[in-house]
Amino acid sequence: MAKITLDRVRHSYLEQPASPADWALKQLDVVWSDGGAYALLGPSGCGKTTLLNVISGLLQPSGGRVLFDDRDVTGVPSDRRDIAQVFQFPVVYDTMSVYDNLAFPLRNRGIPEDQVKSRVQQIAGMLDLQGVLGNRASGLTADGKQKISLGRGLVRSDVNVIMFDEPLTVIDPHLKWQLRSKLKELHQEVGATMIYVTHDQTEALTFADNVVVMHDGQVVQIGTPVELFDKPKHTFVGHFIGSPGMNLLPCEIRDGFPSFLGHRLETAAAVEVPPGTARTEIGVRPEFVRFGDAGLPVEIVRVDDVGRYRIVAVQHKSHTIRLVTPEDVALPESSGHLVFDRDRTNVYADGWILE
Amino acid sequence: MIDKTTNQRAWLLVLPVVVLVAFNALIPLMTVINYSVQETFGNNVFFFEGVKWFEQILHSERFHAALLRQLTFTGIILLIEIPLGVAIALAMPKRGPWVSVCLVLMALPLLIPWNVVGAMWNIFALPDIGLLGRMINGMGFDYNFTQQPLAAWFTTILMDVWHWTSLVVLLAYAGLSAIPDAYYQAARIDGASAWSVFRYIQLPKMKRVLTIAVLLRFMDSFMIYTEPFVLTGGGPGNATTFLSIDLVKIALGQFDLGPAAAMSLIYFLIILLLSWIFYTLMMRNEAQ
Amino acid sequence: MAIELQNVTRVVGIDTHIHATSIKLEEGRFNILLGTTLSGKTTLLRLMAGLERPTSGEIRFRGENVTGMPVQKRNVAMVYQQFINYPNFSVYDNIASPLKVMRMPAQEIETRVRRVAELLKIDPLLGRMPGELSGGQQQRTALARALVKESDLVLLDEPLANLDYKLREELREELPRLFHATGATVVYATTEPAEALLLGGYTATLHQGRITQYGPTAVVYRQPVDLLSARVFSDPPINTAAIHKRGEHFHYNETVSWKATGKYAALADGPYTIGFRPHHITLAPGNAEAISVTGKVVITEISGSESVIHMRVGNDTWVSLSHGIHPFRRGQGVELFLQTDRCFYFDADERLI
Repeated sequence: MAKITLDRVRHSYLEQPASPADWALKQLDVVWSDGGAYALLGPSGCGKTTLLNVISGLLQPSGGRVLFDDRDVTGVPSDRRDIAQVFQFPVVYDTMSVYDNLAFPLRNRGIPEDQVKSRVQQIAGMLDLQGVLGNRASGLTADGKQKISLGRGLVRSDVNVIMFDEPLTVIDPHLKWQLRSKLKELHQEVGATMIYVTHDQTEALTFADNVVVMHDGQVVQIGTPVELFDKPKHTFVGHFIGSPGMNLLPCEIRDGFPSFLGHRLETAAAVEVPPGTARTEIGVRPEFVRFGDAGLPVEIVRVDDVGRYRIVAVQHKSHTIRLVTPEDVALPESSGHLVFDRDRTNVYADGWILE
Repeated sequence: MIDKTTNQRAWLLVLPVVVLVAFNALIPLMTVINYSVQETFGNNVFFFEGVKWFEQILHSERFHAALLRQLTFTGIILLIEIPLGVAIALAMPKRGPWVSVCLVLMALPLLIPWNVVGAMWNIFALPDIGLLGRMINGMGFDYNFTQQPLAAWFTTILMDVWHWTSLVVLLAYAGLSAIPDAYYQAARIDGASAWSVFRYIQLPKMKRVLTIAVLLRFMDSFMIYTEPFVLTGGGPGNATTFLSIDLVKIALGQFDLGPAAAMSLIYFLIILLLSWIFYTLMMRNEAQ
Repeated sequence: MAIELQNVTRVVGIDTHIHATSIKLEEGRFNILLGTTLSGKTTLLRLMAGLERPTSGEIRFRGENVTGMPVQKRNVAMVYQQFINYPNFSVYDNIASPLKVMRMPAQEIETRVRRVAELLKIDPLLGRMPGELSGGQQQRTALARALVKESDLVLLDEPLANLDYKLREELREELPRLFHATGATVVYATTEPAEALLLGGYTATLHQGRITQYGPTAVVYRQPVDLLSARVFSDPPINTAAIHKRGEHFHYNETVSWKATGKYAALADGPYTIGFRPHHITLAPGNAEAISVTGKVVITEISGSESVIHMRVGNDTWVSLSHGIHPFRRGQGVELFLQTDRCFYFDADERLI
């Protein structure tokens, strides 16, 4: 396993990139430590697959360096980078048995057959595949095939990093849960560096210790799931992470505190707006808004019962605010007052958080 | 077994095909069966002969020889064209502007009428004025396909390979381009050799199209007529007299309608049987 | 349009895709078919559309038998998981295509297309080709084509499955509203319980070619008729435990017991099964009905505000979902509180008591 460093990595698919929009990856500096679980999160077209291909060596970046530990691997082809990858659609060798699939990477490297056997048995045990080792791989269900793809990475002891490219896309929801927690369990068991690419915030947050949120070829924030949730650095992160996303309301700053349409709100600390700011907003997650006896007067416009909680949409003048309430908390009739959790109310200037 | 909603009007749409098939397959086939059990001496007078012609053909040395020549020819054709076609398909670019150039070049021989191919190669391989013939002779070989059986075979096979390998290439290429990139990437990551990639990814994924390619090439080469007829006329002697050439000789040359009809039925059954065997063998793994 | 299936079966070869199914979908309702892959959702949709013919049974639209009627005559619209548009038509022509087939005057086509495009917020894209659109915009175009027909019956087969998470969220909120306005009967197939809850309306849970339950979505979620329906309608998966009733108490694993109250007090002694959703077994003690259960942590997954704890209790593996961040280590002992009043009690046949 290895520490992975991306040093000023950038990439464009064009020969002569001119405008910033021509860059699929704008400049990127990231250090991922050995044995961690990381996620790359962003909507489609944000550059996360490009970045993944740069790390795996399938793509040569236009600029910058990729380091495994302290070795520069930028020019090293993917078969000599000692990495493993699980793809969006399961890749198995159809004509081989499950056993042969798992043994394939080892046999290609000339490992003696008795070692191959013990290693394959061990990995099959971790992945609950012992029962089907003799079956043909093509006959397995999608989640079984994804386990084989993963297993082909795990059998090798020399793997620097295991990468996942939206591995749960073709898996049914009830199996997604199992496979997802299995991945996490394996990570703790084998201690491999793992990078998980996805557009699904739940998968990213639950899998990773550290999440890189990307937007338009740029890293918007790197942080733990809790940091991304509590203190999104950019309104994009606030919107993209969380379901529903963060409420954003236009505000003015007076004496360091925001006021929304004349209604003063409390924040943890006073903020200072940098000169030249065009737009200031308050950001507060639906989870940190509740009904109270006094506060911002609102009308309830819609209540969605989603099982374990309800999503309530309320309006103040023409602004819609969403809040999440547990299933057993009573709601006011048709109007009420909103209270914002002052420690979790953030202020944004031109999209970036003020601290 | 997907049954669609019943719509009686659908039959109207099928009708032209039914008529077409009736006129170009069923009616001729019935005529042939009719001829195959009768003897005629002209004037439209027929005598019933039972299975006499069938027995005669099956025991005829002439038929055995033609069948052996046919099997040898088809065998050689398949052994050359399938691997060569796959190899060319593998060597073709996967993407970029050269793809369409290659595809067009590959398709060219397929667009040339069969008798033109025969005539082209006839002239091309003539020892005195043909480019190929002169080159081979220039290299010190004594080559004259109009007189030497071996040279005639060599020329016929070369012509067929030139004419038809493209078909295998196009089919194999279509099969190859249907393989998602992820498979190649996974194989690279797994450290697979080029041979392993071919053996465990490309070949299994090309299997369906290759089955079709083998079947098509088998049937076509087994029925080959025009090109050797124009090139060698079945000669020298009977060296390149394949089944269909022999059949035409009997039917039109000697006007033996009964034996010719019996022979074409046997010919047809052989093709059917061999195609079935090929297909079952190649699809057997699929079912497992 | 009300649509009714009467004892409909669908058998292909030796496989039964749909077992005898009877269901009535009232006019103008938003219906959801919820089930895993291969549970028969798509087959049911295709049967309703007339793309497949039932092996036995009848399909009725507004009481009229349409069993053998071909799809062209049924006035239905269908949207698929794949973004299916005519690649060489502009967005405008794509949306207009069903109306052109109906030979509607150009003037009316124009008004209808523009209205629907506006509803789906693709009016600025009408001149573009499908290839130039994002996935979300392509699927909006396909949805617009289904809407513009003003069909009586709209069938949607996992229409959001191929979209990004955030786009899905947006369309999920819009779809029921859009279709409600048209008055069409909608049937929406999905594999995701969370999606069914967000869409609301009525839900039929499917399992291996059988409808296990049908009713208002929230009712099916909160009062599953049997364990199967509860399993189909739980994400994360529902936890189960085999329990025993002896006298006044329920016993689990001989270590945990609680008093049977209310209607459960009268139950005969013997084995039962309980099912409970992960958010009803939490780290917070909760109310008086909550009982303490201890187990060993298998894995903890932490989203930004919640912790999902997978743990072993006896021979069972349960999943708990608690508020807050609780980074338990693997193998650590943990005490959780199970809200027994939120449990579903099932009899030996796995039917809800």
